[in-house]
Amino acid sequence: MFFNPKHILGIKNLTVEEINFILDTAESFKEVNTRQIKKVPTLRGKTIVNLFFEASTRTRTSFEIAGKRLSADMVNISASSSSVVKGETLEDTAHNIEAMHPDIIVMRHSASGACDYLAERLKCSVINAGDGTHEHPSQALLDALTIRQHKGEIKGLTVAIAGDVTHSRVVRSNIYCLNKLGAKVKIAGPRTMLPPGLEKLGCEVHHNLKAAITDADCIMMLRIQRERQGKTLIPSLREYSRFFGLNDSNLQLAKEDAIVMHPGPINRGVEISSSVADGKQNVILEQVENGVAVRMALLYLVSGGEKLQDN
Amino acid sequence: MATETIEILDSDGVNRALTRIAHEILERNKGVEDLALIGIRTGGSYLATQLQQKIVEIEGSDILLGTIDVTMYRDDLASRNNLSVGLTDIPFPLGQRKIVLVDDVLFTGRTIRAAMDAIMAIGRPENIQLAILVDRGHRELPIRPDYIGRNLPTARNEQIKVDFDDKDAAQAVHLLRN
Repeated sequence: MFFNPKHILGIKNLTVEEINFILDTAESFKEVNTRQIKKVPTLRGKTIVNLFFEASTRTRTSFEIAGKRLSADMVNISASSSSVVKGETLEDTAHNIEAMHPDIIVMRHSASGACDYLAERLKCSVINAGDGTHEHPSQALLDALTIRQHKGEIKGLTVAIAGDVTHSRVVRSNIYCLNKLGAKVKIAGPRTMLPPGLEKLGCEVHHNLKAAITDADCIMMLRIQRERQGKTLIPSLREYSRFFGLNDSNLQLAKEDAIVMHPGPINRGVEISSSVADGKQNVILEQVENGVAVRMALLYLVSGGEKLQDN
Repeated sequence: MATETIEILDSDGVNRALTRIAHEILERNKGVEDLALIGIRTGGSYLATQLQQKIVEIEGSDILLGTIDVTMYRDDLASRNNLSVGLTDIPFPLGQRKIVLVDDVLFTGRTIRAAMDAIMAIGRPENIQLAILVDRGHRELPIRPDYIGRNLPTARNEQIKVDFDDKDAAQAVHLLRN
């Protein structure tokens, strides 16, 4: 199949065919990660810059391993060690990097829309590794791959997502992705953590965790970002945990074979109890494993073929 | 422009060619010990399955079968418009094994180069042999098949099409001329 997108900025502007094609490609790349020699020459001679303006271990490492397994040259730039601290603007930083002729820039930024802004101004491909509270496409794709591997097909499934939705780019990408693939999405969280008009994205909104997870096929718990809003949006972590934490007893409301997902890093005892996080229904580490394969697929697909248009 | 289609092999012809190749593989390797067939996706893997059946019929003992997708090893990433990558499935170790690589049409030899690189990245076989249904010439690399179904001199702008039925068995080989 032909894959036209030159950039991966969000799930919103990908078609169902493109999403399925990315997942199929990732399945094939997954095999490389199980070999003794985990390297293929597919992207030999390509230069990929990991431009991370926000802290990240999982996503950055995952993109780096993905690029290296495809034989691309990977360069890591993090904000704390770059010219950003000296006052350079995003656009100037990007143009300076572009002058060194990279083929792909993978960017994480605290401002929503930062990746779209760069994609309009640069000649190389841009992959969004999380921009503000907007989108985190590679996370939604690895979640979809994990669900598909467990459930066979995403169409017709019920997926519950609970936590701080307002500040979560993971949720937004997941709602777009799961809706496009035909799943029913139920959201749960305290009123202070749910943005107004969430229903318009095509999901059911609950203010009660139990209502959302009843009969769900998949449960996705979100991290309470203690460093940000944890202090002001909820009275206490203990209270949040009591009403919105997933534990052995409320997990029984979901389907017997439901899977428990979390984009990480997890706060044990806050949004998810230790026994659930380590329980047999958890697929959290499979998500991480699939992350490498999905990112290999993204790097490969934006590199290949002659792109007809710019986005 | 109208396309002229010429039948090169019919279903009996394909069948006879594969039977002969199966015998040649067995003769040269003195049986199936340490031998494995690896088909190149997708045409080659269908043919490798058919060859496996024939070898089992002739020899009475099973032979290992794998599938390889060479997309990750190709040299035309930027100009290629079909970006599909299939699964590589080689469920046995390659070390000390004699590998017969199977493909439907041999043309420039670039696919075979990629397949050999892919195999070498996975393990170190004792040797690699090449079985081809149709050799149409125009090699761009020093690659020579060991087992050939049909030698067919072609013009560069002609196409060779191998038809498979719904059970993935090769039915016919056609030459398409513009």
